[in-house]
Amino acid sequence: MNQEVGRGSENSSDSAPYSFGGAWQPSAIEIERRIARKARSRKNALVAAASSILVLGTLLSIIITSPGWKTLSETFFKWAYGFEVLPKIILGFGANLFLTVIAATSVAFFGLILALVRTSRSPAITPFRLLAMVYVDVFRGIPMLLIILLVGFGVPALRLQGVTNNVFILGIMAVIITYSAYVAEVIRSGILTVHPSQRAAARSLGLSNMQTLRYVVLPQALRRVTPPLLNDLVSLIKDTGLVSILGVTDAIRAAQIESSRSFNYTPYVMAAGIFLLVTIPLTRYTDRTLRKSIERQNAQGLA
Amino acid sequence: MSIPVLALEKVRKAFGSEVVLEDISITVPDHTATVFIGASGSGKSTLLRCINLLEQIDDGVIRLDGQDISDVSVDPDEIRRKLGMVFQSFNLFPHVSVVENIILAPMRVHGKSRDEAIVEALELLTRFGLREKAEQYPDRLSGGQQQRVAIIRSLAVKPRLLLLDEITSALDPVLVNEVLSTVRDLKEYGMTMLLATHEMGFAKQVADEVCFLEHGRILEWGKPEEILENPKKAQTKEFLKRVHEAGRL
Repeated sequence: MNQEVGRGSENSSDSAPYSFGGAWQPSAIEIERRIARKARSRKNALVAAASSILVLGTLLSIIITSPGWKTLSETFFKWAYGFEVLPKIILGFGANLFLTVIAATSVAFFGLILALVRTSRSPAITPFRLLAMVYVDVFRGIPMLLIILLVGFGVPALRLQGVTNNVFILGIMAVIITYSAYVAEVIRSGILTVHPSQRAAARSLGLSNMQTLRYVVLPQALRRVTPPLLNDLVSLIKDTGLVSILGVTDAIRAAQIESSRSFNYTPYVMAAGIFLLVTIPLTRYTDRTLRKSIERQNAQGLA
Repeated sequence: MSIPVLALEKVRKAFGSEVVLEDISITVPDHTATVFIGASGSGKSTLLRCINLLEQIDDGVIRLDGQDISDVSVDPDEIRRKLGMVFQSFNLFPHVSVVENIILAPMRVHGKSRDEAIVEALELLTRFGLREKAEQYPDRLSGGQQQRVAIIRSLAVKPRLLLLDEITSALDPVLVNEVLSTVRDLKEYGMTMLLATHEMGFAKQVADEVCFLEHGRILEWGKPEEILENPKKAQTKEFLKRVHEAGRL
């Protein structure tokens, strides 16, 4: 038994005990391995290229040689016409972006409140907790299109004084109502994944329940659910298109107006392209945050 | 005789029908270290958590500096401000740096300014040889370093009493020593401590009193040389023998 080591050993993990580098040269066996590895990765790249060309080429040739291809490309891919109507669709997409910004900020706010209410254990909150639970269950369980229709046509039918009939505002409201329920659940799951020992540590330092939530639990929870929240943001951008059903002139509605004028569907394809221009980079970014977050959590697991 | 820092009178704690603590009565005078030993599940950790009011006791009284802290009108946050607790699993906050871990409670609970809190935190880190880790995140530290930061974090609020719950159980033998040497330093500074540990050699060095727990009861309580070298009870002997066989003594 030796308890007297203590202080002296504390920095041993910082500086490497051996000195690498300098005169080292790869041995003959290592050089051989490297050559073999290089040959193998060259072969892998070749196989991947060949298989891609084969599969994608076959798909493409099936589509292009199909009997209806000529009419289809006329009605869906008439690019000259497409670029002619593009400004109008972009203008409409402005409405989608505007909707997204307004909805995302409100949803972040309401979703957080709902999640906090649902995870709170304070007795005074009990009725709100029940209400929040019912709210989330109901609005997560109804297709958003239905909620848009119900809000968009139901609220004006009430003929309440001072309540708007503006379809744009009603559409935003419906989107916020639905997405708050989704986001609340995502945030709540994040809060629940923070280990109880973190709360215990915070409380044992004298932090109140609220302080523990504010400084210890929420920062960790929100960081953890950032990737799924970004996923929801991508969905939100796309789903703002649903308000077109109320007559809001967004990208989809603009494309619809154009195509019903010309009986050509290229405007829809243009609208799809514009959505992709925004959603693909955002999806890539989401993937990257997710990967980083997994790496971070794995690193913590090792500690 | 002056009032002890901590006094437990006939404390009882049960989880459902399972009794984990029964008839626990001890006193802890100022500037002393009391060490709880006993097998896993003997109630050591639960006892510390009860003192910290993380668990509610079912009977008995806990007094901190004479004040009954088991009274229902007592605000647990108020009490916890006076107590420090270090856990087996470190429980550092992974989302902030070492120094942010340490200044959180001084700033938010004790109302210190950020600058003041940082100065004090850096002083403590320097004293315990961790100054250069101040800006690092916990996951960049070794287990021993993390546990020492956890100790410093609990010291930063200048606790009246420090509760150390098997703080070396999650560490490999080399890292155990650096943490134990930190605790020995605390002892020299006169910190009043309550420890649960499996390190008998360490218990002998640091303890003023040793308490042997079995099935939630105190079987023996006394000076470390009495309990660890000349135990009177058969169960204590048996326990120490098993620990000895496991190579911990």
